[in-house]
Order: sequence, then structure tokens, then C-alpha cells
Amino acid sequence: MGQAVARPPLAADERVARRSPFRRLLGRPELGALIGAVVVFVFFSVVADAFLQTSSFSTVLYAASTFGIMAVGVSLLMIGGEFDLSAGVMVTTSALVGALVSYQLTLNVWAGVLISLVVTLGLGFLNGLLYVRTGLPSFIITLATFFMLAGANLGVTKAVTGNVATDSIRDMDGFATARNVFASDVTIGGVNVNITVFWWILFVAIATWILLRTRAGNWIFAVGGAAASARAVGVPVTRTKIALFMGVAFCAWFSGMHLLFAFATVQSGEGVGNEFYFIICAVIGGCLLTGGYGSAIGAAIGAFIFGMVNKGIVYAEWNPDWFKFFLGAMLLAATVVNLVVRRRVEQSR
Amino acid sequence: MTEPHASRERREPLVRLADVGKNYGNIIALREVSLEVSPGEVTCVLGDNGAGKSTLIKIVAGLHRHDSGEYRVQGEAVAFSSPREALDRGIATVYQDLAVVPLMPVWRNFFLGSEKRRALGLMDIDLMRRTTRNELLAMGIDLRDVDQPIGTLSGGERQCVAIARAVYFGAKVLVLDEPTAALGVKQAGVVLRYIVQARERGLGVIFITHNPHHAYPVGDRFLILKRGRSIGHHAKDEITLEELTALMAGGSELEELAHELQGLAGAQEMSEEAKRLGITD
Repeated sequence: MGQAVARPPLAADERVARRSPFRRLLGRPELGALIGAVVVFVFFSVVADAFLQTSSFSTVLYAASTFGIMAVGVSLLMIGGEFDLSAGVMVTTSALVGALVSYQLTLNVWAGVLISLVVTLGLGFLNGLLYVRTGLPSFIITLATFFMLAGANLGVTKAVTGNVATDSIRDMDGFATARNVFASDVTIGGVNVNITVFWWILFVAIATWILLRTRAGNWIFAVGGAAASARAVGVPVTRTKIALFMGVAFCAWFSGMHLLFAFATVQSGEGVGNEFYFIICAVIGGCLLTGGYGSAIGAAIGAFIFGMVNKGIVYAEWNPDWFKFFLGAMLLAATVVNLVVRRRVEQSR
Repeated sequence: MTEPHASRERREPLVRLADVGKNYGNIIALREVSLEVSPGEVTCVLGDNGAGKSTLIKIVAGLHRHDSGEYRVQGEAVAFSSPREALDRGIATVYQDLAVVPLMPVWRNFFLGSEKRRALGLMDIDLMRRTTRNELLAMGIDLRDVDQPIGTLSGGERQCVAIARAVYFGAKVLVLDEPTAALGVKQAGVVLRYIVQARERGLGVIFITHNPHHAYPVGDRFLILKRGRSIGHHAKDEITLEELTALMAGGSELEELAHELQGLAGAQEMSEEAKRLGITD
């Protein structure tokens, strides 16, 4: 202290000039994920002959999309500085609500779809409200709702149907149109691609647009990066956080509807543990666990890596038990890369 | 809103606190403190740590509501329930932590909470980039890259971005919370120059500091706080720098301090001696 380091007045300019295009690239949140995706792709192309066939690729994309759709909401929430551990079972809850409402009340399945949307968004709102009202870490809040939902999924389904799965809604009114929207195959150049892949791309595009081009995006980065500062300059922090939890809920609703219309019945015990996969997609994609940094495109690349590893192991005819090992190793590598990248960004002076 | 008072407003100070008090539970943080600032005037709030400076500016900024006394903005009694309301009345606060988000680009920080928008909720990014660059240039900071994270700027530069932001968004009163505390001598000088610049633009400035050497050259009025109470409110021509320093530290405490410092100087010599003899490293 006390000693001022004399700096020439043009120091700021010199500093800017030193930021090379390479440095700029290093500053992108997606970079680590992109490198990882290339490495994984090349790796499985070499070890698994079936991996490069177009039909395999469509299977990989499908796996990536089912997790990627959730990763969109989860990554935005993570950029906003929060976690949602209830995201995995919320997908099942959403599907169960849709199935039970349609079947038990003998309604058109679209009524079930809409009621499920309202209920799921309500759950997201509740997560957000509990978080902003109690000030407890979102980790704890959503851990609690995770267990509550997991229990309620089983309990309510058994009480209503006497079974652990819902009755099939395949023959009900509206099933065919709903299936077209949520779970159909689209043929492109002779290859069947599940419609979820297109929905996934659309959601990623919308999320990226929100993050980079809208005021809401500015607020998401700000509430995750420094909530107190954001509040001080007039950002509605609580509203933004609640909206982010509801964003996760929306993705959970969509994924739930996909599950429901792909299989017509829903297993009430499903979804437990998936929340970690969504978080892994976001983290591999360059979202900082502490918030304020990341991208939806990165999370999409993370989900793509996830899909490649998930299916690549099958194509390589390895024991699928190793999938989780791979995933853990990848998470570790991605976090280390992120750490390095962030240090570079913060010390680019 | 206040047409009937329009003529009175001009004579009223921008901000006037009269006998304001604030309690946190059973802790009395502030008691019967008065302060005012008019356009083109710098009011310095001095005090040691724990004197109540932070509480005072939190009330002015709208983060906390006062429990007793009166807070008037241009003659009108107010009780803000959020910083947004204070901002809407032209009271902008630059906090010690600067209220910036380190990982966000400079231009996003500049417009955070007051983003410029075009149709469809889209942000006018070009305009915001250009404005940020020009506003900073007007304050003598030449940032070619407003896309760099604000965390990469130096402390003085960040402080100036925060001040430029407040001035751009039409602040009539600028509240600066210890803007020079974490800065080196030269950078502190830069910030002090901006305070004078803001005053010359006709803004009212409330400058919180614990350094009388920073306060005296730029201040028009001085409010000295101690343990939540005002122990002096002086115009510049009523007080000298020496008196101000003495008042702040409190006469007898200053003597004690001098003793202590002498002791420290001795200790310094001794440790150097020890080093020279190779006893310690």
C-alpha cells in the first residue's frame, strides 16, 4: 500500500492489444466442451466401427437431446447461480400428472398435457419461492423437493392405480397428435431422427438468444455473478431466480411429455439420479458451478458428449457399467479445463 | 408530481436528512444525524470504522429505511423501500464493492438494470457498446475493448466506470462509498478529480471516506460521525485540515496513536537490526 505504481497513461491500450484472438477463444465458455467433444468423437470413431454409421449418429443425437433439453433449463439456472436437484424426478412427476389426469378423468390427452404444464410450472415456482423466501441454499431446498417428489410419485401412483406404473393412454383421444408433437420420428435423407432433436435445437437457440440478446439474459448473468451488486443497481433478483426455476420446470414438463407419449405408460420410480446428468452436461459445457458464467450452447455440447459416451460404449461393445466411470472422468477433466479458462479470463490483464 | 412546490424546490437542498436514526434490533447504528447536499456541492461524511457511515448511506441509497427523523429529497419527505426508488429520484450510489459483476463485460455492467431496448425486448447492443466507450472516454478512460470482463480493470478504472454509469443515468446526487479506500495515491487522485468534475457538472456529491486528506481538498461541507452520532458539521471555511483530522481521531486518541506509532517505528528498527544480524529472515 501507499506506493502507487506509476503507469504510463496508454497502459490500458497496450493491455487490450495483448489480447490475441487465441486468448479470446480461450475466453469462450464452450471451448473446453468443444475440445472434449472432438476428442470423444475421434476416440469412439476409432474404437467402435458402428459409431460412424448415420443410424448410430441419429441414436446418439436422440440420447443427447433427451438430456440436452433438460440441460438447457439447468444451465440457465446454473448461470443464475442455483441448482435444481429435483429436476430429474420432476420429469417423472410431470409425465405422471399427464397420464393420471387423462386416464382417471377420461379426458382428451391434451387436457392432461396442459394440466401437467400448470402443475410442473407450479412446482418450479414453489422451488424458486422457497429459495427466495428462506434464503437457504438452493441445494438444500431442491434436495428436499427431490425427496418429496420422488416419494409422492410412487405414493400417488400406487394409491390411484394400485400399481407402480400408470395405465396405458395409447387408445385415448388426442394421443396420436400429441405423439406427433412430443415423440415422433422425422425422416431426413432416409434416416429416422427423433423430433426431440429438433425441439432441443430450438430450445438451445431460444436460450442463447435470451442470454445474449435480451435484458433477461443480462439479469441472469448478473444474479449468478454477484446477486447483491445486481440488486443494488435495480435488477429484480428474486423475480429472475424464480423465473429460472420455472424454466427448469418447463423443460421437465417437455421431457415428461416426451416420456409419456413415447411409451404411453410411466414408471413412477423413474428419473432418480438424472438430475446429476443434467448438471454434468451444463458443467462439461462450461457453466461455472458458482454461477455468472456459461452458455446454453456449451450445455448442448455437454449433452452431445454425454450422448456420444452413452451410446459409444454400447457400439464399442464394452460393458456399459463403465459408462459412469467415463462420465465421472469427463466431469473432472471439464471442471479442470473450466478452472484454467476462468483464471485466464480473470487475469487477462 | 410536485408542481406546486416547483419554486421551493430550487431553494431546497437536493438531499436533506434531519435528525435521522436507525436501529438494528437493539443496536443503535445511527442517532440524530443531519446532513444536506445541494447541486454543485460536495458533502463529505467522515468517520472511523463503525462510526455509522455505511448505515447512513444505506438510508440515503434506499437499501434501508430510517427509523426516526426526516429524509427529504428536493423538499419532499421520502422513505424509500428499494434502491430503484432512490435511483428514480436521481440518487445514485457507488458502493465500496462498486456493485459490478466481475465476470460480465464492461458494457453489460454499465447498463445493468437499465438496459437500452429496441422492439421485442431485444437489447440495443451496438448503442450500449458505443455509449459505454464514449462515456468512459469523456472521463478520460480509453477502453478499446468494452467486451472485456470488468474484473480485469484496475480498481481506479472500475471506480470510474461506476461513477460514469451513475452520471450517465441522470444522477442528481452521487453517493460515493469510500471510493478511494482501496486505491494507491495516484489512482485516488484520479478518482478525486472525477468528484470535482461531477461537482462542476452541477451534481450534488456525498463523499464517504475515513481519510481527511482526501476529503478536505474536494469537500464543501464536512460531517464527522463517531459511534453513530454526529460530532461535527462544518462548512469548509470554518475548519482547517488539521482540525478536521484531530476531530476525526479525537484529540486524546490522536496522542495515543502518536505514541503507538512511535512504538511501531522502534519495533521496525529492532526487526531490521535483527535481520542485519541474521537472527530472523
